[in-house]
Amino acid sequence: MPPFEKILLKNMETPGYTGSLADYERGGGYQALRKVLGKIPPAEITETVKKSGLRGRGGAGFPTGVKWGFLPKDYQGPKYLCCNADESEPGTFKDRQLIERDPHQMIEGMLLACYAIGVETAYIYIRGEFVLGAQILERALAEARMAGYVGQNILGARTSINIWVHRGAGAYICGEETALLESLEGKRGLPRVKPPFPATHGLYNKPTVVNNVETLANLPHIINRGAEWFAAIGSPPKSSGTRIFCVSGHVKRPGNFEVPMGTTLRELIFEHAGGMRSDKPLKAIIPGGASAPFFTPEHLGVKLDFESVAQAGSMLGSGGVTVMEEGTNMVWAALRLMEFFYHESCGKCTPCREGSSWLVQTMRRIVDGRGRNSDLETLVELCQNIAGRTVCAFGDAEVAPIMSTLKYWRHEYEELIQQAAMSAPAELMMPVMGKH
Amino acid sequence: MLKETYKAEIDDILSRYPIRRSAVLPLLYLAQKEEGYVSEAAMKEIAGILRLTPPQVYEVVTFYTMFQLKPIAAFHIQVCKSLMCALVGSDTLLRWLKIRLGIGPGETTADKRFTISTVECLASCGTGPMMQVNDDYYEGLTESKLDRILADLKRDGTSPLKSGPFMLPEPMKG
Ligand SMILES: Cc1cc2nc3c(=O)[nH]c(=O)nc-3n(C[C@H](O)[C@H](O)[C@H](O)COP(=O)(O)O)c2cc1C
Ligand code: FES
Repeated sequence: MPPFEKILLKNMETPGYTGSLADYERGGGYQALRKVLGKIPPAEITETVKKSGLRGRGGAGFPTGVKWGFLPKDYQGPKYLCCNADESEPGTFKDRQLIERDPHQMIEGMLLACYAIGVETAYIYIRGEFVLGAQILERALAEARMAGYVGQNILGARTSINIWVHRGAGAYICGEETALLESLEGKRGLPRVKPPFPATHGLYNKPTVVNNVETLANLPHIINRGAEWFAAIGSPPKSSGTRIFCVSGHVKRPGNFEVPMGTTLRELIFEHAGGMRSDKPLKAIIPGGASAPFFTPEHLGVKLDFESVAQAGSMLGSGGVTVMEEGTNMVWAALRLMEFFYHESCGKCTPCREGSSWLVQTMRRIVDGRGRNSDLETLVELCQNIAGRTVCAFGDAEVAPIMSTLKYWRHEYEELIQQAAMSAPAELMMPVMGKH
Repeated sequence: MLKETYKAEIDDILSRYPIRRSAVLPLLYLAQKEEGYVSEAAMKEIAGILRLTPPQVYEVVTFYTMFQLKPIAAFHIQVCKSLMCALVGSDTLLRWLKIRLGIGPGETTADKRFTISTVECLASCGTGPMMQVNDDYYEGLTESKLDRILADLKRDGTSPLKSGPFMLPEPMKG
């Protein structure tokens, strides 16, 4: 195999690259836009993206070109594109780097998407805490407007595309695409019941596409180098291209590593991320952000592509890979994630709103040494009554840490409960709701 | 009044959306910038500008964690306590802060300069433990780095140790 050439991080890893318009153009930036604008019919772009096999990098992995194809044909009236830059899934920090280090790459991607689907107004929904990221995007958009890439009659063509930055204000759920749309409409970010899907009834009830930052950043490269080139990278046909994996936790060299899909967990953790930080051995891995079920060291051979990770019982999700060393208590780890989900449950669906609170109370009781024998059954029953019973996928996500740690490390739960039985008087074993 | 102080900005914001209501988050940010928190008067004014009822603005303010309903300290220290940061020492960071400032999460120093909160993942999971102080991120914190940051903040109101454009692993120098 020839040495692997990075796609998305290539520019920014070039010494001296600042992410300015001049730097981006020097590396071939906005050539894809020039190539298609007024020269290649929009429908052909969608076909190219379909053929490339590009799938969404935001979590669900939906084929991008197919999603675009769901927009009603010959629709008269406004349509919208929203770039999902909400990046709030614990363990994920790739979009932040794509935004802050190479903003024009994603902007060009947005322009190409807008051109393909006939959108004149697009929004970048960026999480509120990314103050620096929003400033960098505003600056990049101002440069792009000056240069005629964004605004009325782009590069003198008939196409007009405006892009605006819209800051969220601290709510994980607004990364869910329909909650994002609600939030952008000026409401609380509560997910909508689907169907109807955003493709027909999205922002302001108009046809809308929501795509992740990394998904969009791939587009200029696909247009420049062709669908066949992209489709051959990674694990075709189902997982083409690269992924930026965000490695965190107990490794020597945490960070964002762009590798072809299909790279094994072992290679990612032990070669790219430098292996374990100390001589404590590996104990657990989360392969795709907080919503993905845990893996054990037995899974190190799993290939990081959509199908292989799903077959092994987890999901590729957002690309956040968290590594835990021996000595980490898995009940404690699951509780930390459960506290996150409890805090972020938007409150719309009863199973999730109430269930997350009960799960946190039960988990905290076990970790604090007040667990009871019946608690494990309670946990499982609660989880089963949340997953699949909510409007959005948050419900499935929140039970993943508990269900998977119970599957592989049940003895750690049992030990905590046994210790509690030996030490605590029965009257102290009441559920107590702590501060959070 | 926001309308007088920020007239041009408000017009610019409104021009970006086909529907006025979409401007609620941007206008709330303006209000918070002006007063340090979102006052009831500001919510009423925003409702007026956007032709909403005040409860329609209030329900939005209370949904999102980044809006303050009461004045808070000059420096709002937000420590990420989600799992990935916890694995590399966010609880220790909270302990260091407690020793230096004498306060824990949810508390404000007597001189009203520092408030500490714990927050969920801020997308710096590879550079934990970390904190956000007002708009700025501070990552890869050690005890001595924290000391320098707190001293800088007290003296200058900001610190050169704040994060710039993010990249990890660190880029090669050009
Ligand atoms: C609870 C929840 C949170 C989500 N958060 C994000 C997020 O922060 N960023 C993102 O791109 N997608 C997120 N998603 C996925 C989006 O709903 C949507 O699938 C994605 O933005 C589509 O873009 P893609 O097809 O390019 O991946 C989230 C989904 C759920 C259910
Ligand atoms: S877990 Fe702390 S920033 Fe992500």
